Amino acid sequence: MADLEEQALQAEEKPKKPEKPKKEFVPKSSAGIYLKRYWQLYVLLLIPLVYLFIFKYSPMYYVLIAFKKYSIVQSVSEMPWAKNHGFEYFIKAFQNKDFRYALRNTVFLNLLDILAGFPIPIIFALLLNELRLKFFKKTVQTIAYMPHFLSWVIIYGLALQLFTPTDGLINMLIQKLGGEPIHFLDNANNWVGTYIGLGIWQSFGWNSIIYLAAISGISPELYEAASVDGAGRFQKMWHVTLPCIRPTIVVLLILALGNILGSNFDRPFALQNNLVLKNAEVISTFVYKNGIKGLQFSLTTAVGLFQSIVNVIFLCIANWFSRKMGERGIV
Amino acid sequence: MKIHVDETSREIHSLRTKIGDWVIIFICVLIAIICLLPMLNLLARSLSSSEYLVKHQVYLLPKGLNFNAYSTVLDDPKYIRAFGWTVLLTVICTFLSLAVSTLCAFPLIFEKLKGRSVFNVIITVTMFFNAGTIPNYLLMQKLHLLDNPLVLIIPGCLSVYNMIILRSFFYGIPDSLRESAEIDGASYFTILWKIYLPLSKPVLATLALFYAVGRWNGYSDALMYMKNKDYYPLQLLLYNILNNINSVEVSTQEGFSTPGLSESLRAAVVMFSTIPILCIYPFLQKYFIQGVTLGAVKE
Repeated sequence: MADLEEQALQAEEKPKKPEKPKKEFVPKSSAGIYLKRYWQLYVLLLIPLVYLFIFKYSPMYYVLIAFKKYSIVQSVSEMPWAKNHGFEYFIKAFQNKDFRYALRNTVFLNLLDILAGFPIPIIFALLLNELRLKFFKKTVQTIAYMPHFLSWVIIYGLALQLFTPTDGLINMLIQKLGGEPIHFLDNANNWVGTYIGLGIWQSFGWNSIIYLAAISGISPELYEAASVDGAGRFQKMWHVTLPCIRPTIVVLLILALGNILGSNFDRPFALQNNLVLKNAEVISTFVYKNGIKGLQFSLTTAVGLFQSIVNVIFLCIANWFSRKMGERGIV
Repeated sequence: MKIHVDETSREIHSLRTKIGDWVIIFICVLIAIICLLPMLNLLARSLSSSEYLVKHQVYLLPKGLNFNAYSTVLDDPKYIRAFGWTVLLTVICTFLSLAVSTLCAFPLIFEKLKGRSVFNVIITVTMFFNAGTIPNYLLMQKLHLLDNPLVLIIPGCLSVYNMIILRSFFYGIPDSLRESAEIDGASYFTILWKIYLPLSKPVLATLALFYAVGRWNGYSDALMYMKNKDYYPLQLLLYNILNNINSVEVSTQEGFSTPGLSESLRAAVVMFSTIPILCIYPFLQKYFIQGVTLGAVKE
């Protein structure tokens, strides 16, 4: 009864709240009074907006050179349009064997990343959730988060130490056990495995944070009910934990799939070398080498634009799909 | 009889739970070892003497313990300079980015602000559409930022993702605090400075960590926009060192072994450029977990 009364009281109080600010704060919509009150907020927003316009929006103008014949001496508006209604460089890009390889590798490496790397943080979070010793759990977490804080250059340095055929730790162990040294870093096919493996090593701990947070939000009553029904550890994982974190999993998976043509620069560039370019060149490194180094500005701008547009389309499809499946959208 | 059966089944059940617990502990220890192993190997190499390194006898513990490699690194002005420059860069970038993020996040929590949804769209679009590497490069050229140390500071001074984390946190601060201050006639600057910032210390610490790590670890902007070697951040210097040594190694792989000192020196340089972050992040763990969780809560 007392609870009900309290609830009733709260319900009564609630509608009162919004009234107050209305009377006090929203002036009778005269622009002058409005600005007098809120100009400070616009002043605060000024710097971030100027930043965004200069560094995020104004380069979009230069996207035009994808459709033009680039020349150093002319401004963008003066440059002549490219042939084939401006699409000359897009056609050239797709005729370029290196670009086709880069495109293939980008998609392939991203797919492998999802296939091999996506489930691991979930499994790790499930394992951590079973640990009862607080101190031990925290230690394991701290250690697992460590690789996320290393730069890809450092990880490349570590990989050299571990995988060099002559004196890398792993190859020394393989040789001790009587095996042949494996060329992890300079054989194109092995390189793919190394790239994926290092990616998992770097990110699985960090990516588990979000699942752990989702798991900690599950009501303990569900587990108690499952225990009463005689569910064991794995049954609880399968029938309680996983269904409860399903929305998180779906959203993250869709986000990852939407980013299938996205390419980070730091990771492939730090890890690749000339011996493995066949499998290691991705769009971002292709653009850097042919554009900034090779000065083929129109071609690489076209490539970058193609990548951005496809990426946006994929993200929109992924978002639409996510909502269709009854999950929260990402945008 | 029935009670007896119940007890044995319960015993079996608890035994299974116990075995399961140990298996999980074992797997977690294994995972921790996999995470630490490369670092231990690196540390061992950096502290070992060259004779053992050449003979391939160094695994996880240093042999012939000495600090020669570290003293070589610390004596070389090239590394000290790059280290100092990167520390300076990281500190400036972190403070600037925190300031800009706050300026961006705070006004957007006011539902009464006209044009709020427009601002939100302007900001969100930049998360999903990027002009691309070359247009950005041409912009830097136009702004005369190429080869200018400012290029390592200004273009990265706002991460929309981090800004959203901060905004989510600001939303969590009760409106009543702000409203009572407004009634008392406090300006918005005062509300931000006196109420919001002091309450947001944990999330600001998280963002500081994210920005600092991003700047400390980033090398691609310097690679693209910076030709003057004096302004190379530590990571780019390290990248060049690793690749030069590596190319020498490839060419001399057959025949004679790699020189031992350069081996331990290389390990020492890698260690040297990792240590600052490894010393900081464990203390901020509580905060950054909260930060990542907030980042997942989008409007």
